[in-house]
Amino acid sequence: MPASRPLSPHLQIYRPQITSVLSISHRATGLALSLGTLLLVWWLVALARGPEAFASVQSFVGSWLGRLLLLGWTFSLFFHLANGIRHLCWDTGYGFEIKTAEISGWVVVAAAAVLTVIVWVAGLAAMAG
Amino acid sequence: MSADRLRSPLGRALGLGSAKEGVEHWWLQRVTAVALVPLALWFVAALIVHPGADYQTTVAWLRSPLTAVVMILLVIATFVHMALGVQVVIVDYVHHEPARVASLVLVRLACWALGAAALFAVLRVALGS
Repeated sequence: MPASRPLSPHLQIYRPQITSVLSISHRATGLALSLGTLLLVWWLVALARGPEAFASVQSFVGSWLGRLLLLGWTFSLFFHLANGIRHLCWDTGYGFEIKTAEISGWVVVAAAAVLTVIVWVAGLAAMAG
Repeated sequence: MSADRLRSPLGRALGLGSAKEGVEHWWLQRVTAVALVPLALWFVAALIVHPGADYQTTVAWLRSPLTAVVMILLVIATFVHMALGVQVVIVDYVHHEPARVASLVLVRLACWALGAAALFAVLRVALGS
């Protein structure tokens, strides 16, 4: 007999929505960026240790794996930053209407994608030039 | 009637519960988030201005007092924000209590260690001869 009370969403059959997908993505990108701090610390410590240690970080960052991780972290950073601003707006009490939350969600996705592309195009152009 | 019902809303808020810290976690998460918006954008901008910069260029960049101070602020805000964020994720998803406590301790210690290493590296480069 089905329960007449409201049930919490069952993940396997619950239709993904932009709001719920972005909610879990905020946590996922936050965790990804936490792992990314390892590269930041490695980079800073290598800089303090000297030219040889720094060169090994540079060669890792220049490798295909390094580039791929950096691309992931760039998108994660911009997504987490844009969605974080969305959360800060909610904290002030604005943007809770369903329609508004869905629109702001798509704005976050678009902003993260566009900023990632701009940064990589600018970075690669600066390296070539 | 519970004792709580006899207290005014203000009295209850000032009591701050048994942990005596009230909204400190929530508030610090937001303050560091606000700080990280300009700090993260500054860091990404610095990276794309000199992508793949060599050792000498990077050292000269970090030895500028303004760069060093902003970098220190970035490191502090990053690891405080990360410690608070990962803590919430662990509390929500790790249900096995010994594993939860162990991972909470491990993540907090890792944040302190990584933050200390990063700060020492920045100071060593900035103040080194």
